[in-house]
Amino acid sequence: MNKGRFGIFGGQYIPETLMNEVKTLEEAYCHYKNEKAFTDELNALLREYAGRPSLLYFAKRMTDDIGGAKVYLKREDLNHTGSHKINNVLGQVLLAKRMGKTRVIAETGAGQHGVATATAAALLGLECEIFMGREDTERQALNVYRMELLGAKVNTVTSGTMTLKDAVNEAMREWVSRVRDTHYVLGSVMGPHPFPTIVRDFQSVISAEARKQILEREGRLPYAVVACVGGGSNAMGMFYNFIDDKEVRLIGCEAAGEGINTERHAATIAKGKIGVFHGMKSYFCQDEYGQISPVYSISAGLDYPGIGPEHARLYETGRAEYVPVTDGEAVGAFEYLARTEGIICAIESAHAVAHVRKIAGSIPKSESVIICLSGRGDKDVVAIARYRGRNIDE
Amino acid sequence: MSERIRNAFKKSNAFIGFLTCGDPSVKKSLEFAERLIEGGIDLLEIGIPFSDPIAEGEVIQKANIRALSAGTRVEDSFTLAKEIRVRSGIPLVFLTYLNPVFAYGYDAFFKRCKDCGVDGVIIPDMPFEEQGEALPFADRHGADIISLVAPTSKRRVCEIAAKARGFLYVVSSMGVTGMRKEISTDLKSIISEAKRVTDIPIAVGFGISSKEQAREISELADGVIIGSAIVKIIEKYGEDAGKYLYEFAREVSEEIKTRI
Repeated sequence: MNKGRFGIFGGQYIPETLMNEVKTLEEAYCHYKNEKAFTDELNALLREYAGRPSLLYFAKRMTDDIGGAKVYLKREDLNHTGSHKINNVLGQVLLAKRMGKTRVIAETGAGQHGVATATAAALLGLECEIFMGREDTERQALNVYRMELLGAKVNTVTSGTMTLKDAVNEAMREWVSRVRDTHYVLGSVMGPHPFPTIVRDFQSVISAEARKQILEREGRLPYAVVACVGGGSNAMGMFYNFIDDKEVRLIGCEAAGEGINTERHAATIAKGKIGVFHGMKSYFCQDEYGQISPVYSISAGLDYPGIGPEHARLYETGRAEYVPVTDGEAVGAFEYLARTEGIICAIESAHAVAHVRKIAGSIPKSESVIICLSGRGDKDVVAIARYRGRNIDE
Repeated sequence: MSERIRNAFKKSNAFIGFLTCGDPSVKKSLEFAERLIEGGIDLLEIGIPFSDPIAEGEVIQKANIRALSAGTRVEDSFTLAKEIRVRSGIPLVFLTYLNPVFAYGYDAFFKRCKDCGVDGVIIPDMPFEEQGEALPFADRHGADIISLVAPTSKRRVCEIAAKARGFLYVVSSMGVTGMRKEISTDLKSIISEAKRVTDIPIAVGFGISSKEQAREISELADGVIIGSAIVKIIEKYGEDAGKYLYEFAREVSEEIKTRI
């Protein structure tokens, strides 16, 4: 058992060709995260460019409507590029540049991580290539064009199920070929060590701010923090600084697609088993023979058969709980938040909103609940309209 | 350490051939294995098909899809190995990603390897540092976990080679498996470094497709591994690939062995 483990989870299950590179990355990260010039530059970018700190918004109408705990929204959707992904990407691209890399690659599902990576690469002057499954380039065509506008090359992945999992496969294959000049900007708290730790650290700004903000507003910690989980980066960022606050419930919302009793879902904790894939030991949706299962969600960003290893550990120890939320519930919450609060959130984040709609009513009014609103929903409107039977030309 | 693997490198340089189990059917894989053996391969690598073979290039990815679409299961790879073992004393090595092995259970998997006459296992997503969880079970049942070194391994070459079992698999090029026109890595220095710390044979793979390349590599290494070029023949001729596989194996093996 080597380092980079969360209990039994995590590790570095990758081809030998990448081993020296992940070790070099770990060394570079350990060095720069403590170097003042690096953290100053990153913090300045987060503040001046990404627009941090993000707001902690009290959703009064939603709270009144549900009639239970006060609902707060951590507005990651208001960040530059429209999601929490920018937090991680600015850190990693800055790190890549310090390491002397001239090129970055990334996988993307919904396109938010791809757009964020393309943005950071444009800003910091690095070449950028994005890998995106064909199914996702079709349902997120707007984001493809956005990445191209930002100067990135978008590679359409046609292998396997043509979604996020396959985009990761292809990005890894590309990285193995070009590891000397290329950094792989992994978008979630997954993959081989040190990625789950690096991404979690860069995303933990979400809970560092939220914890401070809620204490200022409420004078006490929240009853629960709730976030959607695919690979789990916004959830890990939202949970991290609350882990030691044992009284705060940590709730991750997985994509149940058409229901966890159907074959069309991406509910890794509810339906997956422990396995080894994409560089890590964790939970994966797989068949009895260890073949990775095709997964499904209306949300391209949650359409992934695994979950980050630190989540697996939080689940195993009982510190965090993970609940499935269906497409229908998420779409309902997407529309609800738009009507009630005037906020069109990402369909990913709507999974968390949906769960809070279910539980907030039974939590005392004196308590508060924070939802990580991980992204904005402009990218999703066409798909939601389609779900409701309306075809809109983009 | 496997006696059969060691013997494969004894008389001359070894030609290691690869095919994916179940591409296009398990029955055909058995026939193709026999043709390759008749053609002169000295060790057979059997790929256990996996849904997401991240270290493979397009040719072997497609073979995995063909095999899985035909309904091939892990158990079929064991059956195939057993059938080959009945007919031949050739060393057999599985190439598999870790998750199917993990799902099968390490103890059960390696026990089954022994029962079916499988001498070793190559697991491209289990680097040296992560071998610990599987090694005790491989040891118990007498299978060698084959280690890989890559052009980027640098100082790791000695560390890995010193503990390598069966044979040492030197990855010739950066990237995934697949045919390449040229191999630019300084294989000589990697091999000589490894030779300082180990007596086990050293075989080179990734990107070798022609008999000319095979001859070149065999000047440097104890063994030459060819995968994609064989799978490409199966892709092209499908069920009728047998005779072409035999011819290919014979040509390459003549190139490799006339050297000595």
